[in-house]
Amino acid sequence: MLAAIGVDSIDDLFAEIPEPVRLDRALELPAGKPEQEVYAYLRDLAARNVSAEDELSFLGAGMYDHYVPALIDSILSRSEFLTPYTPYQPEISQGGLQVMFEYQTAISELTGLPVSNASVYEGPSAVAAAGWLAHTHTRRDRFLVSAALHPHSRETLATTSAGWGTTIDELPLSDGVTDREALRAAIGDDVAAVFLGQPNFLGAIEDLEALAPIARSTGALLVVQADPLTLGVLRPPGDFGADVVVGEGQTLGNRLDFGGPSFGFFAAQQAYLRRMPGRIAGETTDVDGRRGFVLTLQTREQHIRREKATHNICTAQALNALAGMIYLSWLGREGIVELGELLVARTHYARETLTALDGVRALHEQPVVREFALTLDAPVAKVIERCVAEGVNPGYPLGEDGLLVAITEQRSKADVDRLARVLGAAVAAERGADRVEVAR
Amino acid sequence: MTAIVETEQQRDRATTIFEKSKPGRRAFVAPALDVPAHALPERFRRSEPPRLPEIAEPEIVRHYNRLSKRNFDLDSGFYPLGSCTMKHNPKLHERVAALPGNARLHPLQAPARAQGALQLMWELQWALGEIAGLPHVSLQPSAGSHGELAGVLLTRAYHEDRGEKRTKILTPDTAHGTNPATVTMGGYEVVKVGTTARGGVDLDDLRAKADGDVACLMLTNPSTLGLFEEDIVEIAAIVHGVGATLYYDGANLNAVMGRTRPGDMGFDIVHFNLHKTFTQPHGGGGPGAGPIAVSERIEPYIARPQVVKRDDGSFDLDYDRPKSIGRLRGFQGNYGVFVRSYAYILSLGSDGLREASETAVLNANYLLARLKALGATELLPPAFDRLCMHEFVLSGAPMKRELGLRTLDLAKRLLDHSFHPPTVYFPLIVDEALLVEPTETETKETLDAFAAAVAEILREGAQDPEIARNAPYQTPVRRLDEAGAAKRPVIRQPL
Repeated sequence: MLAAIGVDSIDDLFAEIPEPVRLDRALELPAGKPEQEVYAYLRDLAARNVSAEDELSFLGAGMYDHYVPALIDSILSRSEFLTPYTPYQPEISQGGLQVMFEYQTAISELTGLPVSNASVYEGPSAVAAAGWLAHTHTRRDRFLVSAALHPHSRETLATTSAGWGTTIDELPLSDGVTDREALRAAIGDDVAAVFLGQPNFLGAIEDLEALAPIARSTGALLVVQADPLTLGVLRPPGDFGADVVVGEGQTLGNRLDFGGPSFGFFAAQQAYLRRMPGRIAGETTDVDGRRGFVLTLQTREQHIRREKATHNICTAQALNALAGMIYLSWLGREGIVELGELLVARTHYARETLTALDGVRALHEQPVVREFALTLDAPVAKVIERCVAEGVNPGYPLGEDGLLVAITEQRSKADVDRLARVLGAAVAAERGADRVEVAR
Repeated sequence: MTAIVETEQQRDRATTIFEKSKPGRRAFVAPALDVPAHALPERFRRSEPPRLPEIAEPEIVRHYNRLSKRNFDLDSGFYPLGSCTMKHNPKLHERVAALPGNARLHPLQAPARAQGALQLMWELQWALGEIAGLPHVSLQPSAGSHGELAGVLLTRAYHEDRGEKRTKILTPDTAHGTNPATVTMGGYEVVKVGTTARGGVDLDDLRAKADGDVACLMLTNPSTLGLFEEDIVEIAAIVHGVGATLYYDGANLNAVMGRTRPGDMGFDIVHFNLHKTFTQPHGGGGPGAGPIAVSERIEPYIARPQVVKRDDGSFDLDYDRPKSIGRLRGFQGNYGVFVRSYAYILSLGSDGLREASETAVLNANYLLARLKALGATELLPPAFDRLCMHEFVLSGAPMKRELGLRTLDLAKRLLDHSFHPPTVYFPLIVDEALLVEPTETETKETLDAFAAAVAEILREGAQDPEIARNAPYQTPVRRLDEAGAAKRPVIRQPL
């Protein structure tokens, strides 16, 4: 091969790298290992993690331990889905493009909005992308963000918008949901977008019917970060006039994976079609009249429009969105409602059961779907420590004495009852320890 | 031209899963309701179930299996898509990523109980830092474009911390589209820098445009022309001379691992495409991951949380970073991608990574030589007749002039030869461009076969250009009406 090229050595191929910047030593990395040794090493590392397989976990706060059906693993492992690039050659990418088209249909239907793209990175960065759309569309510079929008979303919006000349004001809460009067006082014709969570970070269902008209009264966009799995039972934000609905897609058939990869979804009203970020698949026909699919409206995108693109995203999360689409097909029209109703029932049961414990109160009384917030009469970090020692991870700590508890279909009544016993004992023990401290 | 016979796959017309739905069919069996039912208040409740498909598991599986067969993929054939590094995706990686300790690990698990994951991330940070020649790595960005945004935000934070307001960012006219798009999203103005006849950054143009308003130069090296920037030392001096940062778009890192390092070239910030250089499968458009490596002066600003090793040898997430730009996304990044990429680094090791780059460059130069030997470059000359790095650019301009065939026609005809075409019409500065990146995981036989196919298409085109103009013939669908799709967008199934 070197002879065909007309050089004598591999070194000759790198001759154009200037001498001073050549690396004159080996990379300081271990020598390569055979497959079985790499497997063993990474297996041992994985074994040092306590996963949802190893404990009874009520952790949520943005990602949830829902069951991922086996057919997703099976379909995703097909190399025809796993290994292609973004479908730049549509004639040989009809499978992936049709998946995007089906996915867009499902996201539209769930959110109640006519337009969906083919996925973005994940939830909080999708919120930031909605902020960019709102800022460029309205040419306004102020964002109003509910204090119960996921904290990662709030922080990601702040990080991403550092160069936009925008400011962010927080909307306070009233009993766990965004305060309507505070929104009314804060809204104005300088506001580009209002951001709400549905359900919000504390698990509460926001009253979008009451909030949406206020949010949209001065021409600001209403952006809702929704959990798509709850939209089988919750009224879709699009029904209330939300302009953009985004969110984290992990709950739709994606693994926890310590936080990713999952996918973000991005849906909007028709008026924003040409401002959407990322890939969109569209239906068309081939030269013989056969139905087919292509990436469309590409003049929005970075590879065509460059500095005038609607967003810089290129690689998104196609495989994860496929998992989402398979999951929604597996759940089906009735299943997503049945699963939602089961979550609502078990979550309310869990809240009633836990708030009946001494020293445990509800942080808010709002209706919930899958998650709720508690206030403990004891330091939450120590309570969690005690529970974990019993094999129960009771949830995510909120401040000094709050606890966010998530219930999935993988947590039965018996599991909730066990959590109640363990949590009750832990709170009692910590309150006792407190009293001892005070007595001292 | 011979009559076109419709293939079996072409006769099988596209039907969506929504069109296969029949009322009452289902796959899901809900767990029994073991607690009292609870009705949400009416005003919150969805009145009609969402119109998702009603379909049983066997039909779901068949539907997606059928769709999968309508995709071309890397495990089925050669995929020399320039700038995308379509190298083999080792199968071990899927196995280790799926271990329950990884796949079912909650991102908010307490660090003390996620030590394996944090150690893996810390070791990956270390390895990437060594490969880049820069001491600090943040794994958080979700893809290359997200890494670019991180880099621009870091640049802003760095300058502002020094009390400087800068307004412009330089990008070469050969840059990936993500570079200028990122600059705009970062709140800067794009200023384009020209390219010389030899394919390098035009230093005079750079000097003329580099001033105190410039925050950064974003550069790909090797460039998107597949050429090493021979003047990189001078470029770095000019950029640093005006106090700007130098950003490395890592899309082409696969050319230089173990041979040279962005940090040694003077770059301040580097992004990696783990889905290119480090074998994360592309998934038909993601997931990827775009970690960044940075120099000491940029380190105070990197995203939080950062994975750190404490004095007692334990691993932790550090949020206490007062100058940090903040988070770029939820949680800690695309961990599942980190597992796969770290498996790759462990498998290849120090020598293996260098060998991968050497072979990638060897394969690219060999393929170019082979195309020359077959005479294909008479109609498809290399845009710059130099040694290339891991990819090279051909221009289809003579082919268009002599045969009336566009680069697009050649690409479509390659589909009938069961090859994925190279990247077409990029970089923008080359007329009728074809960007060819074979990668290191292809054999000489595959490269020979691809070169022969290109030569054959040119021969065929000299006799009857109509054949290529109407290609492809064997694919599940033939040329699609993209203009019509954009004019009257149908982007979801009417339900």
